[in-house]
Amino acid sequence: MHVYGRGLRGLSLATSATLTAALILVFFYAPLDADQGFVQKIFYVHVPLAVVSLCGFVLGGIFAVQHLRTGDRRNDMRSYVVIHMSLIFAVGALITGSIWARASWGHWWEWNEPTLVSFLIVFLLYATYQPLRFSIEDPERQARYASVFAIVAGAFVPLNFIAVRLAQQYVHPRVLTLGGGNLPGPMRLTFIVSLFGIGLLYATLCKYELTAKHARRQLRALRRNVLGDDAVRPLQRSAAPS
Amino acid sequence: MILAAAPALPLHKAGPYVAAAYIVFLALILIYVTIMAIRLSRAERELTELARERARRDAQPRDRELERV
Repeated sequence: MHVYGRGLRGLSLATSATLTAALILVFFYAPLDADQGFVQKIFYVHVPLAVVSLCGFVLGGIFAVQHLRTGDRRNDMRSYVVIHMSLIFAVGALITGSIWARASWGHWWEWNEPTLVSFLIVFLLYATYQPLRFSIEDPERQARYASVFAIVAGAFVPLNFIAVRLAQQYVHPRVLTLGGGNLPGPMRLTFIVSLFGIGLLYATLCKYELTAKHARRQLRALRRNVLGDDAVRPLQRSAAPS
Repeated sequence: MILAAAPALPLHKAGPYVAAAYIVFLALILIYVTIMAIRLSRAERELTELARERARRDAQPRDRELERV
């Protein structure tokens, strides 16, 4: 029975095509930045990773709201998976950002920079999501508490973003603004394709993870059906929704 | 062909940093795919085991019937 796997093949192909196009644009089309030169190419991977991970955290909150409203455990699963994936993308954003900082500022990290520190705070906040889930044994309570956490933390993400935007002192460049930003045409096109590609990658991996989890649950049910209850190991305590 | 036609990239100082950033991105995807591949092979093994068990059980009643005949 296809539940989560529907459209996965098309999505995977679209992701591969878009990411390939993005890489070609990054290295063979986008002009070199007049100020930073070749190092600026990191921008096309670092910023989309950060943007997609932050959007994913908010999406996790939206699924959590749906879970609390409807009581449907599938929304808890979706919330868990998108937050899990956002954490992985956030690790990528932090590492690539750190490499970029080292190349252009000479330091791996800048503690006086609100953008960097606020992103780290968001990351550390969400890093507690899995331990929180793991600490609660009862699956119902685990799902409920995790949803409350996801909603509160999800609301914190845009607030944090606005607070950083209002900050006056920063070293981190402001490229994307409500007025359209200050990227020249080819750079903007490359950035949009990269953002779209990484967004698609995020959606594909989430769908892949959801499909895999669903398949494992089906397999477990089949095992119980064929071999009986004794053949199925009792569920171990886990942070993932069962 | 694209690589041959492309202008030479200024890789002297910035190259290693840019390469490192893109390698990190690629590594994250590869690690994820590897973990998923391990899980998939485990699921496939379980499925094979279940299919074998099912076939064995299906064969048992037939053997008993043959014995009776």
